[in-house]
Amino acid sequence: MGTKFKITVLTKRIIPCLDIKDGRTVKGVNFLDLRDAGDAVELAMRYADEGADELVFLDITATNEKRKTLTDLVRKVASKINIPFTVGGGISSIEDVSILLENGADKISVNTSAFKNPQLIAELAKRFGCQCVVLAVDTKFENGGWTVFLNGGKVSTGKPTLEWVKEAVGLGAGEILLTSMNNDGTKNGFAIDITQQISEAVNVPIIASGGAGTIDHFIDVFKNGKADAALAASIFHFGEISITELKKELASLQIPIRL
Amino acid sequence: MKVAIINYNSGNTQSVLFAMERLGVNAFVTENHEEIIAADKVIFPGVGEASSAMKYLMEKKLDEVLLSLNQPVLGICLGMQLMCRQTEEGHTNGLGIFRVNVKKFTIPSELSEFKVPHMGWNTISNLKGPLFKGVPEHSHVYYVHSYYAEMDAFTSAETDYILPFSAALSYENFHAVQFHPEKSGVAGEFILRNFLAL
Repeated sequence: MGTKFKITVLTKRIIPCLDIKDGRTVKGVNFLDLRDAGDAVELAMRYADEGADELVFLDITATNEKRKTLTDLVRKVASKINIPFTVGGGISSIEDVSILLENGADKISVNTSAFKNPQLIAELAKRFGCQCVVLAVDTKFENGGWTVFLNGGKVSTGKPTLEWVKEAVGLGAGEILLTSMNNDGTKNGFAIDITQQISEAVNVPIIASGGAGTIDHFIDVFKNGKADAALAASIFHFGEISITELKKELASLQIPIRL
Repeated sequence: MKVAIINYNSGNTQSVLFAMERLGVNAFVTENHEEIIAADKVIFPGVGEASSAMKYLMEKKLDEVLLSLNQPVLGICLGMQLMCRQTEEGHTNGLGIFRVNVKKFTIPSELSEFKVPHMGWNTISNLKGPLFKGVPEHSHVYYVHSYYAEMDAFTSAETDYILPFSAALSYENFHAVQFHPEKSGVAGEFILRNFLAL
């Protein structure tokens, strides 16, 4: 009775992504008031204050000798910020995940390692719960279909993206971070079609990534792409879009947002 | 003030510890019975699977310790679920502090846009009791869960996701929240401060 008119008030999430190398952010930022633009903790705190709903840290070093640096960073971030954050990059074992979670990460993301060994998803979900296992998928539209790419988008697997996502969710992936290689870096908008297809095909949250350039792009990916969250890096780092303004604008259009 | 965070091999004790530090409180993580009993406040956090968590609690006899506590206790997420009578996760009997049962979200066909786990920021309403003193109705808090505690007379906050469920329960000195106050921004800090002030 009336239930069919019920709408979720779970808010759409805005997620800045920080690329990390040797414990520092890689892409430059132009916030003049940051003492050290490369300091990941300071940037994370800034985003949390501006209203980011969550943060993603992608470690692009991810070699074994640098693991310690990443762990230290995770610990510092966890001690300073009061919103959830995900850590990804080079994670390939239960031990990798265990140490990151123990140091305060809320979720971890796996990509290439999970594709090569899908059972890893099942093992992580069983050990830590599916809510902290984010599957990152780099996808590219080629030869008439969306295909999974590995190693930061360099290597094609030939596997249809939808197929892989369904399989991974079946194994226990609790969230999908979907990056369109065609859109990433273009600032021409998110890949609406594949985001929508995946969002409708699986019942775990979808984080859309790649292509954010304007506030309209976020409106589009939430309304038409059915995304649960939208991730962006440079437009936030370079102050092209303020998170506060973005969220106000989205809320004014009746998109559920935490202000 | 001595704040004990119960360690029972189930996740996010570190995040809770950090949240306490941000509030200027030196909390400690422990599974030592005497330390828990002697603490001014006890936090029972948890992320993980109910049956294995409950098994661990019983092995360490932490279930008995928890039930014996007279000081303010705050269960968080899985901690809250284990304080209930029973949970569908692994068909586990809980501590029975709260008389409600914990069920798994199921998505009715007419609500197919809903997803499980319920993950992200949602609002709390019908706020009652000391934990929510000064917290505005419809504040946003951060959730990550697939199981929920039913509504009850002891429900002190509710969230509507697929159906209304207990966002928080309070009974005498026992309090519990399904969301993660340690990750819920300013609203979460407010709630934790209220708990510390009990």
